[in-house]
Amino acid sequence: MAGLLADKDRIFTNLYGLHDWGLEGAKSRGCWNATKDMLDMGRDWLITNVKNSGLRGRGGAGFSTGLKWSFMPKEVKDRPHYLVVNADESEPGTCKDREIMRHDPHLLIEGCLIASFAMQAHACYIYLRGEYVLERERMEAAVKQAYEARLIGKNNVHGWDFDVYIHHGAGAYICGEETALLESLEGKKGQPRLKPPFPAGAGLYGCPTTVNNVESIAVVGTILRRGADWFAGFGRPNNTGTKLMSISGHVNRPCNVEEAMSIPLRQLLEEHCGGVRGGWGNLKAVIPGGVSVPLITREMSEVALMDFDSLREMKSGLGTAAVIVMDNDTDLVKAIARISYFYKHESCGQCTPCREGTGWMWRVLERMAVGEADPSEIDLLLDVAGQVEGHTICALGDAAAWPVQGLIRHFRHEIEDRISDYRSRRANFAGHAIAAE
Amino acid sequence: MPVAKVNGVEVEFEPGMTVLQVAERAGHEIPRFCYHERLSIAGNCRMCLVEVKPGPPKPQASCALPAAENQEIFTDTPMVKKAREGVMEFLLINHPLDCPICDQGGECDLQDQAMGYGRDGSRYAENKRAVEEKNMGPTIKTFMTRCIQCTRCVRFITEVAGVPDIGMISRGEDAEITTYLEKSVDSELSGNVNDLCPVGALTHRPWSFQYRPWELKRTESIDVMDALGSNISIQSRGPEVIRILPRVHEGINEEWLADRSRYVTDGLQARRLDRPYVREDGKLRPASWDEALNAVAAKLKAAKPEKIGVIAGDLQDAESMKAALDLFRALGSANTDCRQDGSAAGVGAREGWLFNSGLQGIEQADSILLVGTNPRAEAPLLNARIRKAWLAGKTRVGLIGEQLDLTYDYDLIGRGTKTLAKLPKAAVDALSNAERPAIVVGAGALTGPNGAAVLNALGKLAAKVGVVRDGWNGFNVLHSAASRVGGLDMGFVPAAGGLSAHEMVQKGALDVLFLLGADEIETGASKAFKVYLGSHGDRGAHGADVILPGAAWTEKPGLYVNTEGRVQMAERAVFPKGEAKEDWAILRALSERVGATLPYDTLDQLRARLMADHPTFGRIDYLAPAGSFDVASLGAKGELGDTALRSSVVDPYLMNPIARASATMAELSEQRVAPALMAAE
Repeated sequence: MAGLLADKDRIFTNLYGLHDWGLEGAKSRGCWNATKDMLDMGRDWLITNVKNSGLRGRGGAGFSTGLKWSFMPKEVKDRPHYLVVNADESEPGTCKDREIMRHDPHLLIEGCLIASFAMQAHACYIYLRGEYVLERERMEAAVKQAYEARLIGKNNVHGWDFDVYIHHGAGAYICGEETALLESLEGKKGQPRLKPPFPAGAGLYGCPTTVNNVESIAVVGTILRRGADWFAGFGRPNNTGTKLMSISGHVNRPCNVEEAMSIPLRQLLEEHCGGVRGGWGNLKAVIPGGVSVPLITREMSEVALMDFDSLREMKSGLGTAAVIVMDNDTDLVKAIARISYFYKHESCGQCTPCREGTGWMWRVLERMAVGEADPSEIDLLLDVAGQVEGHTICALGDAAAWPVQGLIRHFRHEIEDRISDYRSRRANFAGHAIAAE
Repeated sequence: MPVAKVNGVEVEFEPGMTVLQVAERAGHEIPRFCYHERLSIAGNCRMCLVEVKPGPPKPQASCALPAAENQEIFTDTPMVKKAREGVMEFLLINHPLDCPICDQGGECDLQDQAMGYGRDGSRYAENKRAVEEKNMGPTIKTFMTRCIQCTRCVRFITEVAGVPDIGMISRGEDAEITTYLEKSVDSELSGNVNDLCPVGALTHRPWSFQYRPWELKRTESIDVMDALGSNISIQSRGPEVIRILPRVHEGINEEWLADRSRYVTDGLQARRLDRPYVREDGKLRPASWDEALNAVAAKLKAAKPEKIGVIAGDLQDAESMKAALDLFRALGSANTDCRQDGSAAGVGAREGWLFNSGLQGIEQADSILLVGTNPRAEAPLLNARIRKAWLAGKTRVGLIGEQLDLTYDYDLIGRGTKTLAKLPKAAVDALSNAERPAIVVGAGALTGPNGAAVLNALGKLAAKVGVVRDGWNGFNVLHSAASRVGGLDMGFVPAAGGLSAHEMVQKGALDVLFLLGADEIETGASKAFKVYLGSHGDRGAHGADVILPGAAWTEKPGLYVNTEGRVQMAERAVFPKGEAKEDWAILRALSERVGATLPYDTLDQLRARLMADHPTFGRIDYLAPAGSFDVASLGAKGELGDTALRSSVVDPYLMNPIARASATMAELSEQRVAPALMAAE
C-alpha cells in the first residue's frame, strides 16, 4: 500500500475516471445511499456531525465547514437561503475539483442537497470556472440525471424541494473569492465585497448565503454515511479527514491523490509520485498549497506534514494542497516572477494596494530574474509586499505578497547572486537607475 | 447611546455609525479618498485604515466597519501610520505628479494627504502607467492618468444622478474609469463628479486652465438658475466671476449643484448691457444716464396711470421688485405683474404658491403625483431627491404630463387636463392610501387660459385625498423662476382692475411698458414705449426704446425666495459692468425724476421697508412648518378643457438671458436637448 490511506477509506473512489461517472455507477459506489435517512435525522444532527468530523474548508482558508453552516440564520424569514458552491478552481497547481466534477459529480450533487437541507436552502448555485467546459457538460448531465431520477427538483424522493443551477463563469481568478463570486453570479463585475456583512447575513441578492468549496461539499455525504468519527480518525487533531492533493512539477509521476491529512510531505512525494526528479537530494523547494502560499525549502520539506497547522508553523500554508515541486534546475526567481505576473494580471483593480502593488512587485521581480537590479531592492520588494499584505479588501493581496515573501525569506542569496553575477558581466555598471530608463 | 474609545478617549455614538464617523466625532480626522458621506461605501482606497480592538491584528478600513460597543479605535499608532504611508505610496507611484499644470492643484485631496503621509522621494524605479484620455462631454475634462480609481464619480452618477454613464472597465492596474464608447455624460448633474474627484482626473472643462484656486475671492450667494435657491459660492478674480461651486445646505441642495447653475459663468461676461441706450430714429444709440432716465421719466409723466405697467423678470431680486412695485403704485398704476408665463398662482393664501412640503420634506412623501412638470429640467436637485426617496423603496411616483426619462420609475397616469378632470381610481387610491401624499404642480400646468381651473381641480383633489393634513402639507407648487415666489409674496400681481402681464403686451393696452429684466415674454405686438432694465442684451432689450443697464445677480446683494418660501440673501461678488447700476438704485433715481421719490435712500432702508410691509421677508433661511390651509379653494372653477399638461421648461439650458449668453450652455443645449427635441418631432 502506498501512502497512509487504505482503499476502503477513500471517498472519491472514481477519482481517476476508471468507472462510470453516471448515476448508476455513482449509486454502485454508495452515492445517494440513505440520503433520505440522513435528512430525516434533522438539521442539527447534520450540522453537529459535520462539525464533529473536523472538516475544514477545502478551498484554501481552512475554516470549519460545520461552523460556517451554523452561521446561517436558524429560521428562514423574508429572504430565502442559498447555497453557492465555489467551483471556480483557478489556483495555479490545483486540479482536485476538476476531477470530482468530471468523475464523481453525483457526490457533489448529493452533498449540495444535504448542505442545502441543513441550511434550509431550496436553491443551490454551482459557479464553475470559465475554462471548465467539459466539467460543465458533465455536471449538467449529472444534474439532469438526478432530476430525472427525482433525487432533486420539486417533489423529489427526499422530501425537500431543491434545485441546482450550474453557472459558468467567465474565467477570472478573482471570481473564486466568495464575495466576488456572488457579484459575478448576480451579473455584475467580479469584484470582492466589503466584509462585514458576511454572506451568511447578506450574500447572494442580499440573502443569507453560504459559499463552500466543491470538495467540502462533495465529502459531506460520505462523512455522514460513515460517521463523523471515521472521518475524524484520519490526520492530527484539528487537521482531520482525507484530502485530495494535486502534485505537479518535478516529480516522476505528477498525480491527484486522495490521502489522509497530515501525511508527511516526503512520504506523499515518494510513495505516490515516484519521488522527486533526480532523487530527494535534487529537491530545491516546494510550494505546498497552490501558488498563493510561500514556498518551503528541502530541509523543511523533510519534516513537513500535509496539514494546516504544520505548514502554518513553517509560515506557509496547506491552501488547496496543490503541491508544486521544484528541483535544483528551477530558476526560482523567474518562477516567482511568473507567479507575480499572474497576480498582477488577475487583480481586480478595486483597491489600491493590490492594484498598484502587484504590478510593482512583478516588475521588480522580472528585473531581478535577470539580475538587473540593485541589492537594496530586495528589501524594497519585501517592504512593498508587506504594504500589500493585510491591507486589501480580499485575500488576493495577501496571496500576491506571500510567494514573494517566501522567496526572499528562503532564497535571498539566489537573488543576490543573480545581481552580482549580472554586474560582473558588465564593465561599467551604474546601478539600477539605468535599468529604469 | 453606545460608547467606544478613540485613542483612549471615550466617545458616544449612535448605533449604525461607522468607525470613521466615530473617530471624526472624537475629533480625529481620518484621511480618505473613496469615502463620501452621500455616496455608498466602496472601501477601495484603503487610506482610512485604523487599528481596532477587538479585531484582527491588521488595520481595518474604518469607512466600512460598523462601530461597536466598547470598541477601541486607534487612529495614530505606528501600524496605522505605516499602513497609510504604504497606501499613499501606492497611489503616487502611478500618479503623474504634474501638480503645477493640474487644475486641481491647491485643492487636491491627494496633495493634501501626501503632505501627511507621503515620503520625500519615490522608490518606484519603473515606468509610470499612462491612461488614454476620455471624452466625457462638455462639462468634464479628463486626465485619466491622474485617476486613483476611487470610483466616487461612478457611484455619484449611478446613485444620485441616476444616469449610469460612467463605469470602470478592465481590471488590475489596467482598470480605467470611462464612459461607454466615449459617450458623453448626459446628466444634468454631471459637474458634481468634478467636485467629487479627489484628484485632477476629472476637472471642470468650461473653466479649465483659467485659474488657481488660491487666486479666487469667494462670495457666499444663492443660485437663480432655478427656483430652488441652491446655495453657492461665487468665486471671482477681479471683475470676473470665474467659477461657481455649491455650498452645503441640507435643506436645499445638500452639496450638489446642477450643471446650468454651475457653468453659466461665461454668460456673465457676454452680451452685457454696460451703458444706457436710447432709441432714436429706430436705432439704439448710447446715451448718458441723465438722458435715458429723463426720457423714461418724461414718458411716464405724460402717460395716464392706467396706461403704464411693469413686468418683472425671472431673475429679479426682491428689492428691485419692491422698488418697482412701490414706484408704479405711487404713480397710480395697477398694472404690475411678475408672472411672464401667465401663471394662475399668486391669489389667496401664501401656501397656494409654495412648495409646502419643503425640498427635504419631499423625501418623506410615500406617494407623489407630478402634474405638468419635468423636475429633471426644472429643478434637477429636486429630481435627485425624488429619486433618492424612490431608491429607498418607499415612494411611488405618478405623472400627468409628457412621457419623460426622470431617472426613476413612475406611473404615467395621463397626458392632460382630460385626465385631471376624471382621474383613474388607481391614481386617486395611490394618494389617498398614502401616509404622506404629495402633489407637485409644475409651473407649466398653471399657465394658459385654463390655469386657474387646473389649480382649482388640483386643490380639490388635494383636499379629497388629504394632501394637507396634521403635520403634513404635501401641496407643492414647483416654480422655475427664481424671482417668482418673492414677487408673489410682495403682491407683485395686478392690483384691482390692473392688467396681467399677458394683457399688458397686447396691442394698444399700454403707452409705457417697463420691463424689469423681463425677457421671456413676447412684446412685439405692443406699440407702447418700452423701457428695459436688465443686465443682458436679450429679447427684452432688443425691442426696447430705452435700455437701463442693471446688474446681474452676482453683482448686487439681493433677497431671493425659493419655491418652498425660504428667503435667502445673496451677496455681491463683483461690481456691475461699465456704467451699469444696481437695479433698485436705478428705480430710485427714476422715481425722483417722475416726482414720486421712493422713501428709501439705501438698500438697508429698502429692505427694512420690504420686511415691514411683508414680514415673511424678515426671516432669512427660515422654512415655515407645515401649515394647513384651505387647499380646495385654490384657483377658480372653470372649464378644464382638453389641453396637454407639459413642463414650462423646453430647454433647461436656455431659460434666461444669462444662460442664453453662455457658450457652455449653448453647447449643453445642443448636446443634451437638441437630440431629444429632434426625436420628438
